[in-house]
Amino acid sequence: MNDFYVIFTACLVAINCSLMGSFLVMRRMVMIGDAISHAVLPGIFIAYYFSGSTASFPMLIGAAGSGILATLMIEWFTKKAKLQSDASIGISYTLLFALGIILISKYGANADLDQQCVLYGEIEYVSLWLQPIIGGFSLPRQAVILLVVCVVLVSAVAWGYKGLFITTFDPNFALSTGVAVSFWHYFLMGGVSLTTVVSFESVGAILVIAFLSGPPAIAYLLTEDFKKMLFLSAAIGIVCSFIGYYFAKAMDVSVAGAISAVIGILFALAFIFTKLRKSKVDVISA
Amino acid sequence: MSFWEHITTFFSAENYTLFVVSIGSGVLCLAAGVVGTFTYLRKRALIGDVISHSVLPGVAIAFMLSGVKNPFYFLTGAIISGLISIWVVDYVQSNSKLKPDTILALTLSVFFGIGIVLLTKIQHSGNAAQSGLDSFLFGKAASMGMLDIQVFSAIAILNVICVSIFLRGFSTISFDEHYAKSIGLNVSLIKSLLAILTVVTVAIGVQAVGVVLMAALLITPAAGARFLTNSIQLMLIYAGSFGFLSGITGVVISYTGNGMPTGPWIVVVLSVFALVGILFGKRKGVFARMRIRQSNHIKINNENVLKDIYKLGNEGQNSLPLAELIEKEKYSPVKVRTVLNRLEKKDLIDLVRGFIILNEKGKLAAQEVIRKHRLWEIYLTKFFQLDADHIHDDAEGIEHIITPEIEKELIKLLDRPEVDPHKSKIPY
Repeated sequence: MNDFYVIFTACLVAINCSLMGSFLVMRRMVMIGDAISHAVLPGIFIAYYFSGSTASFPMLIGAAGSGILATLMIEWFTKKAKLQSDASIGISYTLLFALGIILISKYGANADLDQQCVLYGEIEYVSLWLQPIIGGFSLPRQAVILLVVCVVLVSAVAWGYKGLFITTFDPNFALSTGVAVSFWHYFLMGGVSLTTVVSFESVGAILVIAFLSGPPAIAYLLTEDFKKMLFLSAAIGIVCSFIGYYFAKAMDVSVAGAISAVIGILFALAFIFTKLRKSKVDVISA
Repeated sequence: MSFWEHITTFFSAENYTLFVVSIGSGVLCLAAGVVGTFTYLRKRALIGDVISHSVLPGVAIAFMLSGVKNPFYFLTGAIISGLISIWVVDYVQSNSKLKPDTILALTLSVFFGIGIVLLTKIQHSGNAAQSGLDSFLFGKAASMGMLDIQVFSAIAILNVICVSIFLRGFSTISFDEHYAKSIGLNVSLIKSLLAILTVVTVAIGVQAVGVVLMAALLITPAAGARFLTNSIQLMLIYAGSFGFLSGITGVVISYTGNGMPTGPWIVVVLSVFALVGILFGKRKGVFARMRIRQSNHIKINNENVLKDIYKLGNEGQNSLPLAELIEKEKYSPVKVRTVLNRLEKKDLIDLVRGFIILNEKGKLAAQEVIRKHRLWEIYLTKFFQLDADHIHDDAEGIEHIITPEIEKELIKLLDRPEVDPHKSKIPY
């Protein structure tokens, strides 16, 4: 049963992240997802400090709050202070992460919070907290939260697909036809914050970033159709979770690390495949 | 103990360890600030984040191959895998349609993932000597030794020497790679040298402040320095000194705060430095730009009201009822009052019992604005073949910007015209 719990949790993270990641990849904003996943630390601590536990709900609110704070900081640096965007991202998340560690080491000595957990996650242990569902069937508490978020995200994207699509691919046209470009920007950033926050607790920041960038990047290499890309990247994420989990189990290594490594291998294959196909086309057309 | 006593104890020779740690951190941050200036200017600030995550597999493999905890083996492994990560980023970027941000995120997470796999393999194999590997992830600034400070100083000196020798090449490729190529510089050599310096600095720095915070040591000082100057030499000096001071201050704070972590405090102090630069920078700072915008706004309002007074007085009459100005031009009474007060203070008008009296100086100033407006209208019709009904809005903006020199040029170019396209007389 433990295998199922871990793989199920990983797959949910993969689906959520691929969905948001596909938009981020097309909008050239993946590094903002990276920044958010690191910047949640102070929010988590503050929520822990006031609620006195690492129970999930206050943690979620705190983390989502500091994720949004990070996006606002980045916006302020780029728009108001005219700082170049890569540096805005770098300064914002390192500062928030540093503040988080300072707070934890000062006040949270007993808390089950450290930067190791933020980076690696603890997906191996999801089955320690089970939530009974119906009859004898239960799911890890993390998976339940992820499942709820998954439903929310899928319906939100289905509802706002047109707006998200047009502002992603032709923001100037969208602006000229009166589409609220900044509304869709914050709509997406809200979704990204929610995803990274609920995901990182189980899989860690690194696998969140790998899922946000990897499966969408592979799908983008393989297809030109954005709708296909959404489904394909979710499928790739699920495949990576399976292979990664059994690889980790066989080798007795970290699951989050193994899944990231598998994503890297699949990306390398897709990259070589498209490059070969392209050179074939070049030869034929020559 | 007071804060000051802490500081004096701190810098006394008795407190040898802390002295070493503070100087070590300072020198490390100096080296990172200098190299970081170029990664910042090349708009590749986040490459530091990629390298710091990517050194992990190299360190793990070095340990697996050698079986001992030798810092020089670790460093070699770290540098090699850091360089590979840069190469991967560049190769994928020039051979696929993926955008830089996706490639950066993917590279750093995959390298780090491989690193974690190897690290957990080592840990689970129960090798007794594996404990030192964690410091590569989260930093161990507080336990720096004399050997570390020597290595840091060597790196800092190497960075400063390389930068001063190759300053021209480094700055040329930072601002314009194509131009650098066209004047015959060996761009790929310069880029590789810069990449090596960056990787070496990051591989060392990760051990002091950890994977996540290393990026700040490269980016933050350079970003703050950029707001203070336009000269690359000064920017390097500022970034280096910000780094050095923050390194020392961060250690002092974490020492006085009893067991506070060092790396995060260094980053917080660096960010404060950068924020001060970003907010208060003399010309590019947020406040400086706000001031400039404010003073332009005031100038434009002044000139517009002055112009309206002159025009409503049929371009010659000296006095105008205030009520007429408000009614005809639809000004808000409160706002126009503050503008009129400013104009009176500048001795351009007099306000007497509800009448505005334009004095000789005010008249000349109003004529100047109108003259610039009408000259520009003629210029647009003559040289851009625009119709007379399309030119007003453009001239309305430019009339506040044209300098006396440009005005002189316009008069010369247009041969001192008498009337504008709307047949209004140009006042000289």
